[in-house]
Amino acid sequence: MTVALELRQVSKVYGAGPSEVHALREVDLAVRSGELVAIMGPSGSGKSTLLTIAGTLEEPSSGEVRVAGTALSSLSRNDRARLRRRSIGYVFQDFNLLTGLTAAENVGLPLELDGVQVKIARRIGLEALEELGLGDRAGHYPDDLSGGERQRVAIARAVVGDRHLLFADEPTGALDSVNGESVMRLIHAACQRGAAGVVVTHDAQMAAWADRVVFLRDGHVVDQTPTPSGPESLLEPGSRR
Amino acid sequence: MSVRHAVLALLSEGPKYGLQLRQEFETRTGEVWPLNVGQVYMTLQRLERDGLVESYNAEGDGTQKPFRITPTGGGELGEWLRTPPDTASPPRDELVIKVLAAVRVPGVDVHDVIQVHRRHRVELMQRYTRLKAATPEHDVGLALIVDAELFRIEAAIRWLDAAEARLQQFSVATPVRAGSAVSSRPRRDREVGR
Repeated sequence: MTVALELRQVSKVYGAGPSEVHALREVDLAVRSGELVAIMGPSGSGKSTLLTIAGTLEEPSSGEVRVAGTALSSLSRNDRARLRRRSIGYVFQDFNLLTGLTAAENVGLPLELDGVQVKIARRIGLEALEELGLGDRAGHYPDDLSGGERQRVAIARAVVGDRHLLFADEPTGALDSVNGESVMRLIHAACQRGAAGVVVTHDAQMAAWADRVVFLRDGHVVDQTPTPSGPESLLEPGSRR
Repeated sequence: MSVRHAVLALLSEGPKYGLQLRQEFETRTGEVWPLNVGQVYMTLQRLERDGLVESYNAEGDGTQKPFRITPTGGGELGEWLRTPPDTASPPRDELVIKVLAAVRVPGVDVHDVIQVHRRHRVELMQRYTRLKAATPEHDVGLALIVDAELFRIEAAIRWLDAAEARLQQFSVATPVRAGSAVSSRPRRDREVGR
């Protein structure tokens, strides 16, 4: 599998002098296509900063971010913006859907912004919703949807078109455990279809859907779980209590 | 796990043979608790002795007799389902003991010990979650068992998180003992704000 996203020695410092805050310190992280990585750590450990830098929403103070082998620093502002529009999907805790647009219009919006014809964008939006079992909600406005449905619409928007990088910041934070699980199932499935995913969460149940869990502490990567090998069985030694 | 009450629960659905009971017990518990035939027949004998089940002659000429639950057995089952499990005294939890000990042992960083256990538990949760992801939707029994394990492990992780935060708070207020290496790792907690 190819490396879809790579952080090399990434540091981020906010402020200067005595009020200087080191949010990230020399972080190395590589995520392969088809891999879902969860980032865990206490408040203030740098999780959200890592996600915004990896997601190209913010620039590191030092170090390098590479997407599909290309260093972001080598791209022009316009090229970076195009990369964000075409290749990257974001999911946030509070859904961030536009209330004046229907579910299908919300999902098709990134394509429209990228110059795809309105009619075609909405058809692709509808198809993405149907794939996630939300076809019957396509014409509904966000306010008419439950929290779980809104987040599923947000995931459809994040993976619509040709997006192969998926970033999610506490995507299940506003949901109960059953709805949270169905959201993680969708993110997991999107990665199994080939996307590279990074999910920031403080919730171990949600992090457990990831292929690999990376632990952050005080801006450092302190530990991670190994990538799994082979199928699971409850009767396998070590997995029983 | 009470085999006795599991057998009563299975018989409350209708009469069953011993072998059938064993098979259904294992299927319903996602094959997590294997049961041997001897255990089933011994349990049935005791239940019959206590008047909670009875065997009877079924139609046909099979040598095996089916069992059915008696009204007394039904009462016992209903009572058991509503009796809370024993939660009176806190169990001796090895994880808690290890973390408590790590605080005291010179040369050991309790935060490293906590992280080792946290990673181990998260790995365990990943394994159960992969099993859940591969479980067919209709297998509610297995999903319930896996959920119970996940919540149990998660509780331990949340305790580790809380323990770490509490120890960090405490170490700010308490001077480090001479000869202790607990403070060998440089403190950084004031440098990071987000």
